[in-house]
Amino acid sequence: MLKEYVYVLILFVLAAGLTFTLLGLTFILGPRRPTAQKLAPYESGMRDIEPPSRRFPIKFYVVAMLFLLFDIEAISFFPWAVVLRRLHFFGFMEIFVFVMVLLVGYVYAWQKGALDWH
Amino acid sequence: MSPVVEAFVEGVIKAAIALGFLLNSFAIMTIMERKVVGRMQQRYGPNRVGPFGLLQPLADGVKLLMKEQIIPARVNVPIYIVAPTISVMVSLMAFAVIPVAPAFTAGPYRVGWWISNPNIGILYLFAVASLGVYGIVLGSWSSGNKYSLLGGLRSTAQIISYELAFGLSIVSAILLAGSLNLPEVVKVQSHLPWFILIQPLGFAIFAIGGIAETNRAPFDLPEAEQELIAGYHTEYSGFRFALYFMAEYINMVTISALATTLFLGGWLPINFGWFPGWLQWLDNFLLWVPGVLWFLAKVSFFLFAYMWLRATLPRIRYDRLMWFGWKVLLPLAVLNVLITALYVSLQ
Repeated sequence: MLKEYVYVLILFVLAAGLTFTLLGLTFILGPRRPTAQKLAPYESGMRDIEPPSRRFPIKFYVVAMLFLLFDIEAISFFPWAVVLRRLHFFGFMEIFVFVMVLLVGYVYAWQKGALDWH
Repeated sequence: MSPVVEAFVEGVIKAAIALGFLLNSFAIMTIMERKVVGRMQQRYGPNRVGPFGLLQPLADGVKLLMKEQIIPARVNVPIYIVAPTISVMVSLMAFAVIPVAPAFTAGPYRVGWWISNPNIGILYLFAVASLGVYGIVLGSWSSGNKYSLLGGLRSTAQIISYELAFGLSIVSAILLAGSLNLPEVVKVQSHLPWFILIQPLGFAIFAIGGIAETNRAPFDLPEAEQELIAGYHTEYSGFRFALYFMAEYINMVTISALATTLFLGGWLPINFGWFPGWLQWLDNFLLWVPGVLWFLAKVSFFLFAYMWLRATLPRIRYDRLMWFGWKVLLPLAVLNVLITALYVSLQ
């Protein structure tokens, strides 16, 4: 089974080689004539005022947290999906209870407005 | 030759073919997209370089290679250089487990039309494809430009929001197949109907999620030109920009190939089985066409649909995007999984 991942590794090495060869080529072929204007951040022609702040809306954190919760849920679906045939109705009831528990959290997040975007 | 050397040679040949295929499909797709969108907007698209403008991708490639390597003053240099490389590497790696055609026997060897065939193929693809968001986030963060930063944040929130429904739609296909191994999923569809017929909702969620995952219209908010210039790649030019572009198109190929494998029967031919006698020749012909061509035809159809959607639909607003992903697509996907599970468990 490990053999299959060796193929992935070979692909990784070849892909890395290709990408870096192309980057190297463009490094050799391209000219280099930097000027202050050219290196300034692109601001649609306006003069640049200040660096962008590293602060951004808390919404993005909330979405990331919710994603973590629900993605772990989604990952636990995968092994269950493979063996469901052997678990029969018992397997379905188990996941049903699992989803119901999750649903409580989902409804809570919805009610708290975590899924709204203003 | 010893088995180790044989496996190594096999791996190198397959990887080289796959890379060649992906890079060529990227080149063809750039011209195809411009042609298709052009025709849909009542214009010609590129038609000056070579016959019908077919050499345009080559000209573009050479031009981008010869461009100046601008490193803007305010960037975080190492991350700025590495980020597009991550994007493109991840998109190339994700294709590894896609089965293009059934395994065949060549002399003493049994060769599969895939680079790698782990028993958890789909999990591998899902995991590797999720890494693509790193290239976008790191590139946007290191650019030191507010448009880049906003584009990167939007992109992250969008990709992770739609990944949930996307993953769950894959689960519904896995439930029917009973295996995470992609060639196995295709084989199941040879005696069941193609999963698009039993899982229309699952397929719809997969398609919408796939478009959102690849940041394509109508979900191309990360690069909304009117608001964000070009989003996360505003500060990228020359070949580094081309790498981002390449990653996006190769991701489209991979998503289309995955859709083909999971829902459209991969390499399997269209076989109605209810042709009247005088149409028997058509049935025979469809069965005679090699699996690779079927696979390529189905993938091409999806790629065309991508371009079709881009020419047809306007970009959706950001709050609507999040609303749709979290409040419509996610519950629907869970419901679809539960119904499929009920069906499978009662069999």
